Amino acid sequence: MSIEVRHLTHTYSEGSVMRTVALDDVSFTVEKGEFVGIIGHTGSGKSTLVQHLNGLLKPSAGEVLIDGEDLNGEHVNRRALRQRIGLVFQYPEYQLFEETVAKDIAFGPKNQGLSAEEIDGRVRYAMDCVHLDYDKYSASSPFELSGGQMRRVAIAGVLAMKPSVLILDEPTAGLDPRGRDRILTMLEELHAREHTTILMVSHSMDDMARLATRLLVMAEGKLLADGTPREIFSRTEMMKGAGLDVPAAARLCQALRDRGIDLPTELYQADELRDAILRLWRQGKEATGC
Amino acid sequence: MLTNITMGQYYPVDSRVHRLDPRIKLILTIAFIVCVFLASNFAGYILLSAFLFAVCRLSNVPFKMLLRGLKPLRIILILTFLLNLFFTPGDDVWVSFWIIRITREAFLQALFYSLRLMFLVAGTSLLTLTTSPISLADGLEILMGPLKKIRFPAHELAMMMTIALRFIPTLLDETDKIMKAQMARGADFESGNLLSRAKAMVPLLVPLFISAFRRAGDLAMAMESRCYHGGEGRTRLRVLKITKNDMIACVIMAAFIAMLILAGRFIPF
Repeated sequence: MSIEVRHLTHTYSEGSVMRTVALDDVSFTVEKGEFVGIIGHTGSGKSTLVQHLNGLLKPSAGEVLIDGEDLNGEHVNRRALRQRIGLVFQYPEYQLFEETVAKDIAFGPKNQGLSAEEIDGRVRYAMDCVHLDYDKYSASSPFELSGGQMRRVAIAGVLAMKPSVLILDEPTAGLDPRGRDRILTMLEELHAREHTTILMVSHSMDDMARLATRLLVMAEGKLLADGTPREIFSRTEMMKGAGLDVPAAARLCQALRDRGIDLPTELYQADELRDAILRLWRQGKEATGC
Repeated sequence: MLTNITMGQYYPVDSRVHRLDPRIKLILTIAFIVCVFLASNFAGYILLSAFLFAVCRLSNVPFKMLLRGLKPLRIILILTFLLNLFFTPGDDVWVSFWIIRITREAFLQALFYSLRLMFLVAGTSLLTLTTSPISLADGLEILMGPLKKIRFPAHELAMMMTIALRFIPTLLDETDKIMKAQMARGADFESGNLLSRAKAMVPLLVPLFISAFRRAGDLAMAMESRCYHGGEGRTRLRVLKITKNDMIACVIMAAFIAMLILAGRFIPF
């Protein structure tokens, strides 16, 4: 499933004093199996953008094409499409409502009109995806769980619809390091195993460095840059201009380069930086002979 | 999705009307309500509309916003009009067939009653459109101050109102968000019969209630940690002062009331 965004513009409260342009002529295409990170400062239009991708918001101008078909066309069944493009909102745990975890996860598949066995299978599959033990948790109330667990139940609720595209808005916001690592690992597995196309909005450049195969940089409603993490993270100045940080490893690399150590510019992963430093260090040792 | 609710929504621009002291504005609004009941003939209603329109222009609030506030009332308005039209007794019959009898008196009463309702709502929404909830509650608290003597909880009431008003947009946003999240999971809020629609509300209402309670708890904690302990001895950041602007507004209102009474007495239609 490919997503093509063409000249997408969105204005809130058109024709009033509260009028704000949230998206301004944004265009890009996402192919199947990509892991796209969307980064940008608060208010840069990221959340507005992702809500357009499954038709929850209508563009003021421009269009969103899913497999070449206009999402906002007249004869499109948006409800069915929404189930193929799973959207996980910010703080999704606030949307939980059922008495048990299993029932809550079943809400999506139930709306798809699946059979009872199929629904049960989907619930088991989704709980497995998010590393929640079915026997242990399926019958407990979602409101008794920890914040991180609730978040995973909410994500499972979207995964149970087996979407071909998964969009996540800040899936790790407000979680402790372990909860965050769990979610990221889960996404990594999902991407590797099912080749699900994933779009993720995040403030954490380290998360992005770990997962994304491509990055979209948003600033003031515009698409500022589009490229591989390596390209994007080496453009330190552009990132600073957009009010963004670069991953810790890229920052360290830059600091070392500023002190005259001969490292390549495009390093952003912790382990590749470590290898590069070790290589330099060994060369240095050989050169001085000690 | 949920942006078409104007009642109780502040329209943040600057104008002479916005700058009026909230106490004065409250009193003037009450005076306007009295005026609506004073008007008894066409001339009176024309004066009322002219006044409302003028104040609206002066306040820099688009007239559209005011009309939008009337939209939720349309069913009540139509009912008022029709009931009065068909069931008011009168002598000067215009139309009469089967059981329907429309008289001139009935038509006039129907028209005036619905106009009266519209003016009441428009006038009060003009107050809330031009006064931020906080200053509105401030004004109310001071106006209700004398009632404290008879143990009337004026401060608590004003505080409750401030909080309630403050949370209307927040809860609307929240509703919008949860609605979208459930729609993303295939929920359908728009089709089906009454029962299935009511059932479709469960995934929306449960999270909304939970979040409202959570917010209430958080807010109580935040207030307590800033030493809030009721109205006793509490001072204000913005001390309200009556300015020349307020005096002018009062004079205009007085002149308007006089005109309205004169119009009712001396203009025959």
